[in-house]
Amino acid sequence: MALRLEIRKTLRSEAQEFELSVSFESEGRSIVLFGPSGSGKTLTLRAVAGLMAPDAGRIELDGRCLFDAERGLDVPARERGVGLMFQDYALFPHLSVAHNVGFGLGRGLLGRLDAAARARVAELLDLAGLTDLAEASPNRLSGGQRQRVALLRALARSPHALLLDEPFSALDPLLRARMRREVRTMCQALGTPTLLITHDPEDVAEFGGTVVLYDQGRVRRVEAFADGPEGGADARELVLGERFSAYG
Amino acid sequence: MPEFLSDLLLPALVPLGLTLKVSLTATAGACFFGIGAGFALSRRNMPGREFLDALCTLPLVLPPTVIGYYLLVLFGRRGVFGVWLQETFGVSLVFTWQGAALAACVVAFPLVCKAARTAFEGVDQNLEHAARSLGACEGSVFLRVSLPLAWRGVLSGTMLALARAMGEFGATLMIAGNLPGRTQTLSLAIYDAAQAGRDNEAMFLVVLTSLVCILLLLASGKFLKLSPQT
Repeated sequence: MALRLEIRKTLRSEAQEFELSVSFESEGRSIVLFGPSGSGKTLTLRAVAGLMAPDAGRIELDGRCLFDAERGLDVPARERGVGLMFQDYALFPHLSVAHNVGFGLGRGLLGRLDAAARARVAELLDLAGLTDLAEASPNRLSGGQRQRVALLRALARSPHALLLDEPFSALDPLLRARMRREVRTMCQALGTPTLLITHDPEDVAEFGGTVVLYDQGRVRRVEAFADGPEGGADARELVLGERFSAYG
Repeated sequence: MPEFLSDLLLPALVPLGLTLKVSLTATAGACFFGIGAGFALSRRNMPGREFLDALCTLPLVLPPTVIGYYLLVLFGRRGVFGVWLQETFGVSLVFTWQGAALAACVVAFPLVCKAARTAFEGVDQNLEHAARSLGACEGSVFLRVSLPLAWRGVLSGTMLALARAMGEFGATLMIAGNLPGRTQTLSLAIYDAAQAGRDNEAMFLVVLTSLVCILLLLASGKFLKLSPQT
């Protein structure tokens, strides 16, 4: 994944003003945005996904321009071809597991699934060991199962990149370690590059790759390591050694 | 019993049928426009949102006679829309059951609109975002995510709208008049009977109306309870 990004966005509320002004680029298959809560990581991810339009700047993914304020270009989220995994998974509560996974494969206004789409869903569910739960409601699933469903749903359309927004923070610690590995290996198996947001050094250790350090709406440092756990150990040392102003 | 049938029940069937025809048509219209308006008002980037919301609420607070008068001005024989309807489709809404349906539709509209707005605002935005990132266009997001998640609220508003449409009196009287067999709905027939001192008939119609409304509420309650948990 070749991501070039340079964006500015000012958010105002009654109490305060937050200015995000970041730029970085990476050619790696794994990018990790690391920093304290409120440093602008999620805002950046939403800009890449097309859910938030920056005030100024440019976003380019694999040579394709997704956003360019100067040219007035803002590719809508549905045409960006990036998968998104939300912190709370955002599974559709009114649809079964299989229909959640197949949501992006549906055709027409009502999203009908043709035979090929149904086969793809079955294949993905099998890959994640969820075949027995295909007809279940997402409300009945455990945290780990929900995450698997969210992952499959995002990967079903074979996106150019998968964006993960603090995906493991809602899980209990033992499950977290397992899901971390599972998500990374699944993305690797399907050949999907990842852009991960986190404030957990262990996530950095698992995913490795290019680490972008965020602090108060700015990029403080960009370091490239080997992808996956090979480079992850060094990446973890880097983020642990960093002093963030938010932490005093 | 046969006497009772011929004296009270049979004459009541005409206004009852008319009431159902008028109120169901009105509710269908209120539902269509109310869901659309409620959805538009639930969007945060909608310009002039609160002003439009006030406008949509207006029929709820205006006296029905005022609404009836507006309708008469707009849809009457010399009204802008009245002339247009007459020239294009050859129909007139004055003194017709369609006119009664329009009046009931306008007064019932805010109930659907309000309920729909609240229901759509209650839909987690992340779910809509997720649908967009999965390639769904805005129409598809609405049909596949927003509406299925908001439909309970929309339905409860629709039930209220139906009840309101059935009881509509003032605006209906202004535009459609009180013509037995043509525009005389139950509420108008009750007024007529009471005015003319036909107490038995009035009492019978009142009980009939109450029964229909109770049945409606029970049915809607059951319907809402039976729906799958979301």
